[in-house]
Amino acid sequence: MLKVKSRTFILSIFIIAVVVGVGSAWINDARSAEKEPIKVGILHSLSGTMSISEVAVKDGELLAIEEINARGGVLGRKIVPIIEDGASDWPTFAEKAKKLIMKDKVAVVFGCWTSASRKAVLPVFEKYDHLLFYPVQYEGLEASKNIIYTGATANQQIMPGVTWLLKNGHKKFYLLGSDYVFPRTCNLIVKAQLKAEGGTLVGEEYTPLGHTEYSTVISKIKAAKPDVVFNSLNGDSNVAFFKQLRSAGITAKDIPTMSVSIAEDEIRGIGAENMLDHLAVWNYFMSMDTPENKKFVAAYKARYGKDRVTDDPIEANYFGVYLWAKAVEKAGTPAPLKVRAAVRGLKFKAPEGEVTVDPTNNHVWKIVQVGKVKPDGQFDIIWSSGKPVAPDPFPSLVSNKIVLEPGKIVDRKK
Amino acid sequence: MGIETLLSQIFNGLSLSSVLLLVGLGLSITFGIMGVINFAHGEFLMVGAYVVYVLQTLFNKLYGHGASGVSFLISIPLSFFVAALLGFSLEKVLIRFLYGRPYEGILATWGCSLILQQAARNIFGANNVDVTSPKWLAGGVEAMPGLQLPYNRLFILALTTLCVVGIYLYLYRTAQGRRMRAVMQNRDMSACLGIRTRKVDTFTFALGSGLAGIAGCAVSLLGSIGPSTGQNYIIDAFMVVVLGGTGRLAGTIAGALVMGVLNPVFELISTSSMGKVILFILVILFLQGKPQGLFSLKTRALD
Repeated sequence: MLKVKSRTFILSIFIIAVVVGVGSAWINDARSAEKEPIKVGILHSLSGTMSISEVAVKDGELLAIEEINARGGVLGRKIVPIIEDGASDWPTFAEKAKKLIMKDKVAVVFGCWTSASRKAVLPVFEKYDHLLFYPVQYEGLEASKNIIYTGATANQQIMPGVTWLLKNGHKKFYLLGSDYVFPRTCNLIVKAQLKAEGGTLVGEEYTPLGHTEYSTVISKIKAAKPDVVFNSLNGDSNVAFFKQLRSAGITAKDIPTMSVSIAEDEIRGIGAENMLDHLAVWNYFMSMDTPENKKFVAAYKARYGKDRVTDDPIEANYFGVYLWAKAVEKAGTPAPLKVRAAVRGLKFKAPEGEVTVDPTNNHVWKIVQVGKVKPDGQFDIIWSSGKPVAPDPFPSLVSNKIVLEPGKIVDRKK
Repeated sequence: MGIETLLSQIFNGLSLSSVLLLVGLGLSITFGIMGVINFAHGEFLMVGAYVVYVLQTLFNKLYGHGASGVSFLISIPLSFFVAALLGFSLEKVLIRFLYGRPYEGILATWGCSLILQQAARNIFGANNVDVTSPKWLAGGVEAMPGLQLPYNRLFILALTTLCVVGIYLYLYRTAQGRRMRAVMQNRDMSACLGIRTRKVDTFTFALGSGLAGIAGCAVSLLGSIGPSTGQNYIIDAFMVVVLGGTGRLAGTIAGALVMGVLNPVFELISTSSMGKVILFILVILFLQGKPQGLFSLKTRALD
């Protein structure tokens, strides 16, 4: 047994050691917290039927993050992406969103493609009052305070597309889409427009996501004799449909189509020879001639391979990441609540031109363009709106609601 | 709806039947002979399709982009062998322990299917890949004004007919085929008569898987292929086998024809999803009356 004096001595040494240890760790922590990286979530379908479209969007987001890190990061801190796979399964999207927010404690999530995946994660983002940047054109009728919509809403893609078709002599519409919320709502809008602007509906058909047998649908389309097929199919179905359309001997001259979910990346999977002369309506095309776009395309190809292409959703969250970084710098902190407030009204020189985040509805002002597929898989831009179009997620044609501010949607006063 | 639409629907139906027949034949043989429900069958289809893709990529690297026709023709027998080899190994390693145990068989082969799908994801990436059809299969023949019969579907029909004739000749004109039929009809008696049932089983399973590989070749002409391509066809293949009755060539052919022709008919009068639903309801109702299927094996065995 040690004598009392020695025991006290050892005990005091022990206490001093603990205090010094904890103290230095605490001081170190406080110092390194400033240089601690900021975690951001990236949530896309890296497998399943939507992966043909979504993998490239993830690559665009990672490119933006790398570029920002190369310039010193945001607020002097590096951005660290945490990537999760939604696997083209909507409940998985919700589960991974929750994991990114609660377990990884990310400052923001860049993600989703299908409206189904966005609707699945929306309750998660609203419950935890977090922030999602959503890069894909969609049907509108939404304006959550927790989402920044960097893709087109209905009046920035679907509606101008239909108007252009009607003005150019395509009066009889056949509507073909995948069976989920986006194509169904899109077609409601198209049908309302046809009534208002003098078109006719000759057919409407929905196939499940992942469906690949289109011979019957093609027979139905041939029998209906439309002037144009308005195509809102998503994922692998587009590959099957256009391949089978072409092998049935139908070209764009016989039955033109206008698609809202086919861009340069999907054409790579479908084959440009199967999509020759067919139309698409977007806000961004890889063939756009702006200095920002040339830099963006060159950087993307240098990073991922010269066979790769850029397209509208890739570009949308590429500038989405930059918008977020700008908002963080403006707010002085990556906290989602502060960043959400700071991002409203922000402008940025994106590859598609200057974009502004509309403070009333969290959507972005974008120009609208119609493109025709060339033999090399790129788009020939045959029409442009010239100036950016203001986003209107609740067009008066189909909705009696109006957005006062993101999250505050009220009935339109008569 | 004009006569062209009707004829084109019939043609579509035949074309769909031929794909289902190719997939269902293998399944029918393995189920008929061994009573093993093979849920990994769709993955053999996927393997066959990926063989086409790999060979095409290889040929493109070696000979440039003009060789897609040659590479496709070579990939047909190659898919057969690769899928058969995979089936052979699977049988030796796993299936042989599952005879007479259908529930364990379902679970084990389902697990195999998941493993094979993930392996494909790891090797080829999760994205679907595209196989360029050979140039001589592009376009079609104009049978009537307004009725275009695509060459690739005609090719699939021809390929299927060739396979069915081949299987028929094998089963009914060769000694090995006779042994296979014997084991299918009465396993115990065949064993008593000196037939090595184990060997026949392994060989049968490999043959069934090889047929699925050829089906994969056919499918690659119609759309993109990926790790989950097999899943699109496995349910329909099982329906074909159950409807047609196992163990008889005529049964599988009949089942495939019924499923393949009725599916587009119902799709035409309603929508894609509802068409399938109506078809399945009819199949279920039919099976209430005749559970063995359209053609069943009449044997003197007691089981």
